[in-house]
Amino acid sequence: MVGRARTLVAAVAAFVLLVVAWELVKLVLPDDGVVIGDTRILPHTDDSAMPHVWTVLGKLFEPEVAGAADARTVGAAVASGALFTLGLALGGLVLGGVLGMLLALAMQRFGLLERAALPYVVASQTVPLIAIAPLVAGWGGKIAIMGWSWQPWASVMVISSYLAFFPIAVGMLRGLNAPDKSDVELFRTLAAGWWTTLLRLRLPASVPFLLPAVRLAAAAAVVGAIVAEISTGTRGGIGRLIIEYAQSATGDPSRLYTAILGAAALGLVAAGAVGLLDVGLRRYRGSVR
Amino acid sequence: MNAVLLSGVQKRFGEVHALDGIDLEIAAGEFVSLIGPSGCGKSTLLRVVADLEQPTSGTVEVGGKTPHRARLDQDYGIAFQQAGLLEWRSVVENVELPLHVHGVDKAKRRVRATELLKLVGLDEFAGSRPSELSGGMQQRVAIARALAPSPRLLLMDEPFGALDEMTRERMQAELLRIARETEAAVLFVTHSIPEAVVLSDRVVVMSPRPGRITEVVTGERPGADQDVDDVRESGAFFAAITAVREALRKGHP
Repeated sequence: MVGRARTLVAAVAAFVLLVVAWELVKLVLPDDGVVIGDTRILPHTDDSAMPHVWTVLGKLFEPEVAGAADARTVGAAVASGALFTLGLALGGLVLGGVLGMLLALAMQRFGLLERAALPYVVASQTVPLIAIAPLVAGWGGKIAIMGWSWQPWASVMVISSYLAFFPIAVGMLRGLNAPDKSDVELFRTLAAGWWTTLLRLRLPASVPFLLPAVRLAAAAAVVGAIVAEISTGTRGGIGRLIIEYAQSATGDPSRLYTAILGAAALGLVAAGAVGLLDVGLRRYRGSVR
Repeated sequence: MNAVLLSGVQKRFGEVHALDGIDLEIAAGEFVSLIGPSGCGKSTLLRVVADLEQPTSGTVEVGGKTPHRARLDQDYGIAFQQAGLLEWRSVVENVELPLHVHGVDKAKRRVRATELLKLVGLDEFAGSRPSELSGGMQQRVAIARALAPSPRLLLMDEPFGALDEMTRERMQAELLRIARETEAAVLFVTHSIPEAVVLSDRVVVMSPRPGRITEVVTGERPGADQDVDDVRESGAFFAAITAVREALRKGHP
């Protein structure tokens, strides 16, 4: 518990330090940045390039549409966008997690599959996401299952899972293969079949490998969901807000920063959710031996 | 009935002749050690009995059954040099593992495991994590685990090889008591001549390339009324050690 409190204090201190550094840079450096000859070595620090922290925070409470008094605030827009994207990212994480685990199990069970599939699993992550996103949206648009037609958010979830499945598949496979040969032989002498060995040996042994993999996957799922929203033009999420606010950034730069704040908060919440998993599986978390 | 019966057993790994012409009988309740230099096939022989390796030729019976049948029926328990305890299970849960795998219900297996922990003198550590125990204690847990299905045969592959000398002697005394109380036969692989002599009814000396039995020496296993430490200081003990050492030298000039 002391360790947890200390982590929290350190995180808050780091945030305060960041704010102080930001304001200090604005205070000390000239507004036009630093230029030596024709080469710019430090960026502009004026209010349109680096708005004050309090301007950004204040922006959260201003109405989204100027002049409309009953319109929702920027803060509410960012919160609702972040929540929407969080839902899709968690959906992507679960979908990618399940697929990744199933793939790892299949690869563990059939060595031939591991040799055949693993190179493609790795290659899948080198294909740029923005190239895949329109394809998924295109394929999905042609799908209609029992009266339910494909929705844009489903494309976002699928694309998010595409990034999330990778660390889980690789981490899980390592974990499933983590038990020593002697452990596997012990189970053989106990006349345990593949299923029992999986349940009582390989799965528990895979947890210390799986937890960091899920943490990576959660971050990847959030990034995947935001990029997918942008490249498929899906409305309602933080990705769309980033695009909209970026378009007005020259006139109102602090607005874009509110969206960035929202995206960062989103990542923290996703990481926190994985932390809960960590606590639940504490018993299996230690080293295998 | 014999606990183990091997006749004309041969095992090849490609060109390597790991075992050749092995004939060996182990009576019920008998303690037999296998000793010999590295590569003499003593571990392979134990693994053939355990159905972890298939002999290239010859016949193997374990309690009158094929090794495969005996493995499925849990007729033997096994302990390796590494205790191999599962860290996510408590000590008592580790002992329960063989029963858990075979679907024995929770209450029954807990009773049995507690009884076995008492037998190896670790009942107060039932709830501990394996990593909290010393190496010798972990090995005792592994032995308790091997005994969980009440096997008539215990297979042990250098179980005390990783322990210091003092712990090792104490564990030998423990094992003798456990073998006496359970009346199980033991097939025991070791590198240590004194260990083989003090534990065994018979010491089987092997030589490498190909792995063969060169001589069988009568061991000095203490009876119920004898003290192990007295045996360790007796003339017969030293004579048997000399006999085993000479047999080893003959097999490996």
